Amino acid sequence: MIIEDVLCPFCGCLCDDIKVEVEENQIVSVKRACRLGSSKIRGHERIKAPMIREDGKLVETTYEEAYEKAAQLLLDAKRPLLYGWCSTVCEAQKKGVLLAEELGAIIDSTATVCHGPSIIGIEEKGLAGSTLGQVKNRADLIVFWGSNPSEAHPRHAQRYSSNSQGKYTPKGRKNRKVIVVDVRKTRTAKNADKFIQIKPGTDYEVISALRMIIAGKGDALPEQIVGVSKADLEEAAEMMKSARFGSFHFGLGLTHTRGRYKNVDNALSLITDLNSHTKFVVMPMRGHYNVTGFGQVCAWETGFPMSVDFSRGMPYFNPGETAACDVLGRRETDAMLVVAGDPASNFPKAVVEGMADIPVIQVDPFENPTTYLSDVVIPSAVAGVEVEGTAYRMDGLSLRMKKLVDSGYPSDEEILENILECVRRRQDDN
Amino acid sequence: MVVLLKTIMISGRTLGQGATCESKTSSEFFKATSFCSLSEDDYNYLRIREGENVLVTAPSGQVVVSAQTDEGLPSGIIFIPMGPWANVLVGPDTGGCGTPQYKGIEVEVEATDMKVKDVRELFADLDKAERKVRS
Repeated sequence: MIIEDVLCPFCGCLCDDIKVEVEENQIVSVKRACRLGSSKIRGHERIKAPMIREDGKLVETTYEEAYEKAAQLLLDAKRPLLYGWCSTVCEAQKKGVLLAEELGAIIDSTATVCHGPSIIGIEEKGLAGSTLGQVKNRADLIVFWGSNPSEAHPRHAQRYSSNSQGKYTPKGRKNRKVIVVDVRKTRTAKNADKFIQIKPGTDYEVISALRMIIAGKGDALPEQIVGVSKADLEEAAEMMKSARFGSFHFGLGLTHTRGRYKNVDNALSLITDLNSHTKFVVMPMRGHYNVTGFGQVCAWETGFPMSVDFSRGMPYFNPGETAACDVLGRRETDAMLVVAGDPASNFPKAVVEGMADIPVIQVDPFENPTTYLSDVVIPSAVAGVEVEGTAYRMDGLSLRMKKLVDSGYPSDEEILENILECVRRRQDDN
Repeated sequence: MVVLLKTIMISGRTLGQGATCESKTSSEFFKATSFCSLSEDDYNYLRIREGENVLVTAPSGQVVVSAQTDEGLPSGIIFIPMGPWANVLVGPDTGGCGTPQYKGIEVEVEATDMKVKDVRELFADLDKAERKVRS
């Protein structure tokens, strides 16, 4: 059986044209997907059964016992943290927010180690947004700043941006100019008309210089700005101002470096400035396929997009204080539930140390370093392959993920519903 | 005498890292994420001999990774794919916004004959099974 128009559950591009061949409930071929998506859809070795740690070793158990143990550990904690959420669908995320509220816990997503600073920057300045369809059909100038879609979003260029063929850009790459700003010459930079190489941690200064040139105050600038020639920036500014429709795509080069959310804040101001001259839009290059979805679900449930603390009985949001790395780094958290994320691999080692001393519950299809630190392991079905549900593309468009094959594993939503029931029953018993 | 290179480390995504990040216990993930790229000048400066790795030291920790050249890197920046090897070097400070600084970390690099730890060894000090055995 061939399943057409499958959505890819890997990155924020959420490509919706994948062709998957299924025989006897097994995926036998994946077409049109990039290497990342194909690898995810084809699958990897799975955690076989639920496990509970006894005398140091993870021992197989039943799902029911695992749910009970998870509920007990979360209820025994004073400051539980529910973390992950971005490689699963919105239906599971919604249950996660509900569980956090019931427990008086902190809920945070992988956004806080990714585009969290972008969200803070957007809250400060607002975002001149658009859909990727508008970019594809209209943009004649694409800027990639601190982002390398050739490796992180391999089909972005072909489907949505620099090389895509749209209604008013029928010749694809020939109808567009591409500017890349990065600290190294990436594969993406090799496809640029103009590549500006900057020093690490100088994004804020370079953006400020561009804003001065665009505002007609370039005369006040020195010939070299943090190692970049003024002439290069003048050329880039002219390309931006003379575009009919410019589109600015930024990555972790802005959020993971010195300045973090202030870099994003300044980039958003640059786009505002450019809109006095022409049409310009801006978009963060979101990583996990449904990290945008978690921001949506969390915002409509709590009013905030991430790092939400329910310990006061109402939602409280203050990243820097309530983000996962903050509470683990301060050794404040005393139990952690990880769903569809791998903090042991993706947090700084000094933060991961905070997980080694507390009970950790993992809900995931795959073994990873978080498993080594977990006391309860609950294997789940792969959302977007074995479970259907809603996900949000990086531009905020909601799309429906398909179920391709049946699975013997419960969905993340089902697992969370069961833990929630155990929590409520134990609360009633008390 | 040991040659020491003072430089800046950035971490980031790669195709190999992305394609293997759901199978982190595999040898493919190990190959895709336990290396460091340097400019040719920096690589030659370190006088890395056949079979040697590099020891990268940051204020928050040190890690052994294999070394290779990348023509896209300028001298003065090294790149390690995002993942547990790079994250040994990343500090816990979140700059008041919840996000650690994964790029732009001051590090020192030197050639070493120490081997690169596999993913299990890398977490041996935190692994709950190992901790139980020790206690």
